[in-house]
Amino acid sequence: MTSIFNSLRQLWRDLRTQKLRTFLTTLGIVWGTVAVTLLLSFGQAMHRQMLKNVLGLGNAIVITFPRSTSKPFEGLGKGRPMRVTEEDIELVRKRATLVDAISSEYADNLQLKLGTKTMAVDVSGVSPEFGEMRNMIPQMGGRFLNPLDESQKRRVAFLGNELAEDLFGASNPVGQIFRLHGSPFTVIGVLEPKTQDSSYSGRDKDKVNIPGSTFRALTGQKYVNLFIFTSTDVQKTKQAADEVRSILAGKLRFDPTDKEAMMTWDTTEMFQFMDSFMTAFKAFLAIVGSLTLVVGGIGVSNIMSVVVEERTPEIGVKMALGARPRGILSQFLAETLILTAVGGGIGLLITFGICEAWPAGMEEFIGIPEVDLHVALLTSALLGLIGFVAGFFPARSAANLDPVVAMKMT
Amino acid sequence: MTTNDSIIAMEQIRKVYDTGKVQVEALRGIDLEISKGEFVAIVGPSGSGKSTLMNLIGCLDTPTSGVYRLTGQLVAGMKKDELATVRNRRVGFIFQNFNLLPQISAYENVEMPLLFGGVPRRERRRRVEALMERVGLADRMEHKPTELSGGQMQRVAVARALAMDPDILLADEPTGNLDTSSGGDIMELFQDLWEQGGTMLVITHDPALARRARRQVEIQDGLITRDTGSPGADSTPLR
Repeated sequence: MTSIFNSLRQLWRDLRTQKLRTFLTTLGIVWGTVAVTLLLSFGQAMHRQMLKNVLGLGNAIVITFPRSTSKPFEGLGKGRPMRVTEEDIELVRKRATLVDAISSEYADNLQLKLGTKTMAVDVSGVSPEFGEMRNMIPQMGGRFLNPLDESQKRRVAFLGNELAEDLFGASNPVGQIFRLHGSPFTVIGVLEPKTQDSSYSGRDKDKVNIPGSTFRALTGQKYVNLFIFTSTDVQKTKQAADEVRSILAGKLRFDPTDKEAMMTWDTTEMFQFMDSFMTAFKAFLAIVGSLTLVVGGIGVSNIMSVVVEERTPEIGVKMALGARPRGILSQFLAETLILTAVGGGIGLLITFGICEAWPAGMEEFIGIPEVDLHVALLTSALLGLIGFVAGFFPARSAANLDPVVAMKMT
Repeated sequence: MTTNDSIIAMEQIRKVYDTGKVQVEALRGIDLEISKGEFVAIVGPSGSGKSTLMNLIGCLDTPTSGVYRLTGQLVAGMKKDELATVRNRRVGFIFQNFNLLPQISAYENVEMPLLFGGVPRRERRRRVEALMERVGLADRMEHKPTELSGGQMQRVAVARALAMDPDILLADEPTGNLDTSSGGDIMELFQDLWEQGGTMLVITHDPALARRARRQVEIQDGLITRDTGSPGADSTPLR
């Protein structure tokens, strides 16, 4: 026990007396840790934000707009408008093997009344599957449309979060009743706020979703404005779209190769683009991060080796007084560990501080930076290791010299 | 040839410095025996090999060939840790340029060998305080070496050399960097230590210090050229 306390006393004495060295080494580790962790935090935040923005539109969905034919088919001329009904959607739902979920969407701008308020809102009539496909997550205490709503043509509505706030302010909208196109509707759920950077018929936060069956009964509209589907396998989205087109082509009699008849927007392409973009972006971050580490490492190792050179005479004196080579080296190791821990800790605190103080207004573009603890620990450990290796070998050779040689080194 | 109370026994010690191109033979076959309680001065012109001999005696350096026994133990073949123990316990070294660590206090400098020797805290404090008292610097314990005069620094170094109660005190030109009066103080201190039963080995240019020693060994060109022998002790005849 005595020897441990003795070593600690020597260690503390050396750290205290070598203030500049201690400061510089710690600074190097702090700087490296801050640089790498900040870089990766912001990169990660940007990735998450982009993913969130894309997912706001939906979960790898294909959006299909029925248009008009561009090729003549079986004696029918081109330019014939395609009218898709709920039955056609039902047919695809039954027959298509590559389609996981499908939902029609009927859309119109209708008049909404609540008390004295009157406003025009975008209303969509959709299937229950729509909620999951489009990431329409209800806030606590609410729900999205369900199959019973659809089959019983219930007059229920799922509101976008901003619309709900406009209408009901701070009070709970669920269970409240408003008039839509002259009929009373009950609010069953409000959208959990989400970010959405693309849309095709207005942002979800401003919209009213009601069951498709209710929409048809309310407005008398027969044909869908569009429908969305997801495939069973993201990789097979293109085949799924072909399959859907060929089923509809048989029913509505158009050329299955006529892509104009059913215009599709494959959002999975966006995912794929984003994936390759993020891979490139991450590679970039990794390169910059490693370069930062290398620069930090060179700094730390420089300081360490200069320090050991400076301390060679001191090591000689200590050896002349009876210090053991192993004692000198283990003290050196302990010093490095302490400096690394302190430097890494300070670096982490600085990074946390910057992330905490990051203005919330930037969230939409960069997201909220979050510190990855593993990365931070790894970074400071790596810098400490570099410093240790850089200092260890000169220290070992100094400790292996005859004391008289070490003492004369200046 | 070794007697029971011999502290240092050297036979045919050689030291060759290999600088790559040139080989310098600093010691060319030294036979030397020093017994307990002797006060020996090693004199000789600079470059004669005095300091080299001193470093070998203090185990700060290793001989190229020859047999060296310190308190009866063969030094050649000792492991690094054993050598460290020898330097810590058997010899106390005093250097011309003091070799105190400048950033720590006089107290901490004297305490250092006790730390390496694994002496418990309470005992360390007791010993350091007694030693600082002994060298007349009890009121300077918390001073840094840079805040002390040359004579005071050398007295701190003496206290440090005495810390582990060594078998022999080795001093390499202890007064070389001091003015006459501080040099005189150090010589007084050595005299006292010797009279109290210490064994002293001093390298010096200073005839006044050399005269205080009961035995003088002269070295020239890496060989002992004169050994006055010690009155009252068996001196080694010259070969």
